[in-house]
Amino acid sequence: MALAIQQLINGLTLGAVYGLIAIGYTMVYGIIGMINFAHGDIYMVSAFIAVTGFTLLASLGVSSVPLALVTVLVLSVLFTSVYGWAVERTAYRPLRGSTRLAPLISAIGMSIFLQNMVQLTQGARVKPIPPMFVGGIDLFTSEGFTVRLAYSQILIVIVTVALMSGFTYLITKTSFGRQQRACEQDRTMTALLGINVDRTISLTFMIGAALAAVAGVMVTVYYGVVDFYIGFVAGIKAFTAAVLGGVGSLPGAMLGGLIIGLIEAFWSAYLSAEYKDVATFSILILVLMFRPSGLLGRPEVEKV
Amino acid sequence: MSAPVYAHEAPTAAERVKDALAVAFVALLLGIPMIGLTTVDQGGSLVVATRWSWLAAFAAACFVGRLVLRFSLDTLTRRRTARQRAAGAKTVKIAGASRLVSTIGWVAVAFSLLLPIVFSDNRYVVDTATTVLIYVMLGWGLNVVVGLAGLLDLGHVAFYAVGAYAYALLSTQFGWGFWTALPVAALISAAFGVVLGWPSLRLRGDYLAIVTLGFGEIIRVVLNNWTSLSGGPNGVTSIPRPTFFGLAFKPPGDTPTFAGFFGLDFSPGHRIVFLYYVILVLCLLTNVFVTRLRKLPVGRAWEAVREDEIACKALGMNVTNVKLSAFVLGAMLGGVAGVFFAARQGFISPESFTFNESAIILAIVVLGGMGSQLGVVLASLVLVLLPELGRDFAEYRMLLFGTAMILIMIWRPGGILSKREPTLRHVKDGGRA
Amino acid sequence: MNGVHNILNVERLSMRFGGLAAIDDLSLDVPVGKITAVIGPNGAGKTTLFNCLTGFYKPTVGSVRLNHPQRGTLLLETLPSHQVAHKAQVVRTFQNIRLFPKMTVLENLIVAQHNALQQASFFTLAGLFALPSYRRAEAAAMEKAVNWLTRLGLIEKADTAAGDLPYGTQRRIEIARALCVDPILLCLDEPAAGLNPRESAELNELLMRLARDEGISILLIEHDMSVVMKVSDHICVLNYGRKIAEGTPQEIQNDPNVIKAYLGEEDADEELHAEVAP
Repeated sequence: MALAIQQLINGLTLGAVYGLIAIGYTMVYGIIGMINFAHGDIYMVSAFIAVTGFTLLASLGVSSVPLALVTVLVLSVLFTSVYGWAVERTAYRPLRGSTRLAPLISAIGMSIFLQNMVQLTQGARVKPIPPMFVGGIDLFTSEGFTVRLAYSQILIVIVTVALMSGFTYLITKTSFGRQQRACEQDRTMTALLGINVDRTISLTFMIGAALAAVAGVMVTVYYGVVDFYIGFVAGIKAFTAAVLGGVGSLPGAMLGGLIIGLIEAFWSAYLSAEYKDVATFSILILVLMFRPSGLLGRPEVEKV
Repeated sequence: MSAPVYAHEAPTAAERVKDALAVAFVALLLGIPMIGLTTVDQGGSLVVATRWSWLAAFAAACFVGRLVLRFSLDTLTRRRTARQRAAGAKTVKIAGASRLVSTIGWVAVAFSLLLPIVFSDNRYVVDTATTVLIYVMLGWGLNVVVGLAGLLDLGHVAFYAVGAYAYALLSTQFGWGFWTALPVAALISAAFGVVLGWPSLRLRGDYLAIVTLGFGEIIRVVLNNWTSLSGGPNGVTSIPRPTFFGLAFKPPGDTPTFAGFFGLDFSPGHRIVFLYYVILVLCLLTNVFVTRLRKLPVGRAWEAVREDEIACKALGMNVTNVKLSAFVLGAMLGGVAGVFFAARQGFISPESFTFNESAIILAIVVLGGMGSQLGVVLASLVLVLLPELGRDFAEYRMLLFGTAMILIMIWRPGGILSKREPTLRHVKDGGRA
Repeated sequence: MNGVHNILNVERLSMRFGGLAAIDDLSLDVPVGKITAVIGPNGAGKTTLFNCLTGFYKPTVGSVRLNHPQRGTLLLETLPSHQVAHKAQVVRTFQNIRLFPKMTVLENLIVAQHNALQQASFFTLAGLFALPSYRRAEAAAMEKAVNWLTRLGLIEKADTAAGDLPYGTQRRIEIARALCVDPILLCLDEPAAGLNPRESAELNELLMRLARDEGISILLIEHDMSVVMKVSDHICVLNYGRKIAEGTPQEIQNDPNVIKAYLGEEDADEELHAEVAP
């Protein structure tokens, strides 16, 4: 029982991170109808920015953990959203209105590019940072097993909840949110109404990247290690989360993220840690087979 | 009535500089965290290192690059519009382009047949050529799926792995020979193709990409962890090499050997040349097979599905079956390449079947020209030979592939050799008589 | 049904998307060997009707019965879209032309005969070895394609990529391609859209010949009244997913409901008649 609760905590933490990345997939899919394969790598870039940021702040003598965290979050969000913007501008925008396959291949190219660029400029080795949020709250002990809620986990959950509230406000209440949703429904019509569609799409990519950046910083804090390959696996999992929740649905992405996180945590604890990725991918295939519109997505009507 | 004016204003020098400055500024922002700053390991902990001069060079390069690019693009567009207006918007058709392609094809076949004879004393060349041919085989397999049927398969390496492990296990555990295991392993790969394709091919096209990507990872994870079957990360060793009708390529011993039978002096080079010819024959068979299929109903259906799936349905085509046939054929050809790979290396491990490998195969198909057989050969040559030219190239190889994939999609979404030959003609000789 | 044999009976068909009823309790009979037009303002549910008939949408309620001369009664709403074309021989074209743009015109027409050829090639095996049986089938397919291309005046363009041709020509190619499937019921979604007056007149001629000489029943969605009033034997008017009138062109022109609902108020009458003046 204690183990189960511990895995619940771990799974929710992990799931929050997947959810943040999944929102980037879902938003981009909603607005331009393509899978942004490079999104996982954007997240990886942000994790590297976080590592550099933390190391830099430490060498400058900043010892306050909250200050360091906020600074790194801001920096990472800023730089990563520039990456999000640049990716869309260079690899996807010129292909709008091209064949169905072209932007997908371009996205794969971008993913390969980012991975190898980081490997070349930052090195192929795993980057560790010294632990910052050590300790946690011991909840209770049963059968000799102590259930522990780490501070970093609390941080992740709080940041995610705060971010999600702000983000929901942004999409439902602001004029950008309306433009974004309008573009999802009908891009041509939105353009005819005098809304700058290109700008809205760019902003969508930047917001997706910003959310991924927060996820990247959180993961860096949580695990304390980063390498250039983390974007690939996290990307597939977050995409699975987006599909599971229903591509195009924002609450769905978060829900999907949480479910994937929980499955992974429980699978690792009770079945086998080696096969946890297999479990995720199998879920992806099963969901696509039996409920392609996901848990919260609307069934897609084929446009004829 | 005034004629419509098409002239687009040429930007002024100031505008050009402003545009380039903006690009350089973005490049600077992108470069700060990746080029300007990095962390290095110093005595067990990370310290920040700076490379501001690199960053400055990068931003300057972007500035100049943007200026040059914009200028040449503008000039090009202007010239083209002028030419089109002069020619009355008629496009000039290059006559005999197809004949040129087929000539190059035949020259390539002749050259590849003669290669081991020409380079008989150079094992390195024959060995590298064998590697090129493995990629050609993989590229042709994937080309059916991506180039002809328009299905984005990001896990082609999974079928390559299935083929390789199927042969490795059949030969080491059950003592099967290369030639008996080859068709069986190919069928096993094809079966995996059916199992994966049947559920996922009914879905929207881009879901297939992610499913195949996931499948590629599943196969790798399973191979890494199912130690009792696959040997885990250590892989399978001492996989038997193919024999020449039962004659082994070994130093003279108890069993009849190739050298002994033909009264030759034993040389390890024999096996390398033999392996080369095996893969060459497999490739040529594949080429004949795929070229023939393209001109059959099934091949035309692949292309039609790529062009417009909904129209295919409205014409009574079972689109899922059409896609499945392409996907399974691709899987089977990937499996054949895998069998050969295992037999040639004598050792396989999950390391050879990472996503990077899938990406390389996809790059070969995309760069070569989707649907073009010759394009795949050229792209394989370039992609295998580039890293052989020097270590620097090897390091930057994947970076270049990624960049090239983006650029080619923007420049020619059909691939470099994207001129399509009709599968049949009304007017026979191709000209308008 | 006044003794007229019908090829298609649509019975109480409804198609809802969420709260919106794109088609609402529609019943319609399509007489065999005749040209039936479905008209109505934009958004009246005409294309949705086609999508329900041809298996692209599954109707929420109702049935679509096809009376096939050889295969008896087929329930189209139960068939997947490719079976509607293959088994029921109901073939459609699309409002926004759907050709295979990179393939030549001839290839487009050969692809339309995929099922027959695939069977003749014994699922590729006989084709692979170019057995005589397959060669004969291929020659027959070519002949059929060339025949339709010639009749539609497209033979000059046979070896050109379909996507490179002008709009009006593409419309005709799509019809020629549909004809290669041997339809017993041909559903044309706005075939005259974007055609110039001459092309439009040729289309009229073609449709009438197809119905008269080939005995192909035609179901037509069209906005161009000069086409509708000239070629139709029977017209069905939709508005907001409901049938508001049905009858011969003369009846429809004089139906006050149609004039009001379909063409707006006063000048509607004018427009309806102006186009039909002989």
